[in-house]
Amino acid sequence: MERFNVYASRLITKKEYFSPGHRACQGCAEALAVRLVAKALGQNVIVSSATGCMEIVSSPLPFTNWRVPWIHVAFENTSAVASGVEGGTKALIRKGKLPDKGTVFLGMGGDGATTDIGLQSLSGAFERGHNFLYVCYDNEAYMNTGIQRSSSTPFGAATTTSPAGKLKPGQITWKKNMGEIAVAHNIPYVATACSSYPFDLIEKVKKAARIEGPAYVHVLSVCPTGWRIPPNKAIWIGRLAVETGVFPLYEVENGKYRITVDVPELKPVLDYLKPQGRFRHLTPELVDQIQERVTREYNQLKAKTAL
Amino acid sequence: MAKSELELSWKDLEVGCVVSEPGNASQYRTGDWRSIRPVWDTEKCIQCGVCYIFCPDMAIKKTEDGYFEADLYYCKGCGICAQECITGCITMVEEEE
Amino acid sequence: MGERVGIEVSLAAAEAVKMANVDVVAAYPITPQTHIVEHLSELVADGELDAEFIPVESEHSAMSVCCGSSAVGARTFTCTSSQGLALMNEIVFIAPAMRLPIVMILANRSLSGPLSIWNDHTDVMSVRDCGWIQFFTENGQEAFDHVMFSFRVAENPAVSLPIMMNMDGFVLTHVIEPIEFWDQGTVKQYLPDFEPVNRLHPDNPVTMGAFGLPGIFTEAKKAQDQALINSKPVILEAWKDMGDLVGRYYKPVETYHVEGAETVFLSMGSVGETISLAVDQLRAQGKPVGLVKLRLWRPFPFEEFREAVRGVKQMIVIDRAITYGGVGGPVASEIRSVLYLEENMPTITNFICGLAGRDVTAEDYMAMFEKTEQMAKGKVRQEDYIIYGVRE
Repeated sequence: MERFNVYASRLITKKEYFSPGHRACQGCAEALAVRLVAKALGQNVIVSSATGCMEIVSSPLPFTNWRVPWIHVAFENTSAVASGVEGGTKALIRKGKLPDKGTVFLGMGGDGATTDIGLQSLSGAFERGHNFLYVCYDNEAYMNTGIQRSSSTPFGAATTTSPAGKLKPGQITWKKNMGEIAVAHNIPYVATACSSYPFDLIEKVKKAARIEGPAYVHVLSVCPTGWRIPPNKAIWIGRLAVETGVFPLYEVENGKYRITVDVPELKPVLDYLKPQGRFRHLTPELVDQIQERVTREYNQLKAKTAL
Repeated sequence: MAKSELELSWKDLEVGCVVSEPGNASQYRTGDWRSIRPVWDTEKCIQCGVCYIFCPDMAIKKTEDGYFEADLYYCKGCGICAQECITGCITMVEEEE
Repeated sequence: MGERVGIEVSLAAAEAVKMANVDVVAAYPITPQTHIVEHLSELVADGELDAEFIPVESEHSAMSVCCGSSAVGARTFTCTSSQGLALMNEIVFIAPAMRLPIVMILANRSLSGPLSIWNDHTDVMSVRDCGWIQFFTENGQEAFDHVMFSFRVAENPAVSLPIMMNMDGFVLTHVIEPIEFWDQGTVKQYLPDFEPVNRLHPDNPVTMGAFGLPGIFTEAKKAQDQALINSKPVILEAWKDMGDLVGRYYKPVETYHVEGAETVFLSMGSVGETISLAVDQLRAQGKPVGLVKLRLWRPFPFEEFREAVRGVKQMIVIDRAITYGGVGGPVASEIRSVLYLEENMPTITNFICGLAGRDVTAEDYMAMFEKTEQMAKGKVRQEDYIIYGVRE
């Protein structure tokens, strides 16, 4: 399947709601993902952000890279803040104090802020059914504080708190499946995306924004700094994550699964692992373990799409 | 508008340290970071816009003829555009001193 | 004049929140705050209060939801106690820095450990430095009146700070008292609509919560400190206007029988009513004793307090929290600082009592007076305090 429709770039809005001059690393695919999400949502949005890379690079007082309304309070409470933004606006509209403009309420946070410390507030917001969209920018570690492991760090990846040493081969637990956790909350829309597939990402975010109720999009955000790859390979590696089945792109609408970027013949995971410094200590046995699991989980996902 | 936070007195801060000028961080010249920069060969460029879409720094702009070029004020020289270019028409060249 | 009803104080407070036409209530249940939020959720369910009742999954989220809703310009209310306050501690410090006018009732309850659901001031004393406007109510009428006051002061554009109203848990929240309600017309006169200084809205995009580099952080804190200090005139005017409307005038420092008093008790919250009984008895015995009740805690009312205790020779400071290994209970340590440079600074004794709901009677306060008389004959050091009534 083609990577993308080559000329579709022209169909994307030229407006930048996330301004240049941000302080993300060279080649930051997370910043790219934020840029694309911002393009997908436009001006009529209120963003609640967690503490993390994207918050730090975009909001050094007295400056901001945000051209849409944006609020940051703390690390683990994005979904709660977004719930307040949504609930407050809803009340004001109902009581005739604000016109109803159909504003989209976005919560955004990294993998640490979402799958670890922020899981409770996210779960609460899902359960209460707030009309908001949560986008998790998953660079697979606590990157902003210096590449420490999170529950989204993949098996075998070396981070500063899961280093590859004489006794331990990096992260010894498997990546928390945040997509499935979101699906288990019975929310109307869950999707995975990657900034290497910009049009897939933009479509999913637009769709999620139109949904009534909670929606969740989990974006694989390649981090050259933390993953130890050259900056120019950020998009290329993200593509490999999808093509090897490590990070399948799918969406779940009211429980119905659909793979949105089909990969008929998965490439071997070694293609994805080898170029990354964080995996360079892996033995063939460990790679086999990873391959077995990736293949199994991909097949499980495919089985769900048939239901 | 201040060039750096060091120029502000406490009275200059807005209530609650709010920043009410959208996108005012765009005055920061991230272009100073780079050591290499992209150069387009317009003979090979098919104007597809893939480089534009994949730039994490919004540092690629269209020229009058419809080709693309780096916005040198912001371009950090990451090389993603050169890597992703369909026709391979972008080359990363060293910045001269 | 509104109607006067016998009602549980928690319910009256909730009714006041309803009359203030709050837009968002976000709260998590914790004893002894529960009756307030239960009643509010009933009012919403019955359509008597048009608000978003957001039943959050923790107090940390409660305060976070409040930040979000206040930021979009919704009149926002929450309440908690003790462990809930401790859990939302992180956000409690952030809200005033972001100048979000959230109103919170704190139903004072002891901080664990051991776990206790009963009343003292360890919770409010743990957040002395948080930056909120903080004050105490003593009885049901005060509680009702001060809900309206809280929204008015917090949301005033010259203030725009969150405000913490303290009510003693159980001792005040769960008692039935006669309370004169305001009528809705009076509320309308007293409490304007909420017009936020800054609002999150796509038409005028602002960034809230930018991070502070070392080069700007000090300035941000100075601005915040000044904002809290500057709230005083708005507070005083709000009390004056309330008095003009409903006939009850409140002050930052209330006094009882301080004329000619050589010894005064200093208290905060509902113990004041019990101490006044002791003062009556001591006065009947010819002892020149009075009572000073500190209502406004932050910003601290330096002038009014020094004025109220001028000429006093002995002060018995009642603390309901301990500063372990420190300079006496939290209130005593602050009072000693406040009076340090005064001519003829009084001898200050510090009694820590009523921890986690232990009853303190008028007789106990009279015993504290006797003890103070003894201690004042010798030298009382800054760090001396007595945990009153502890069984040795």
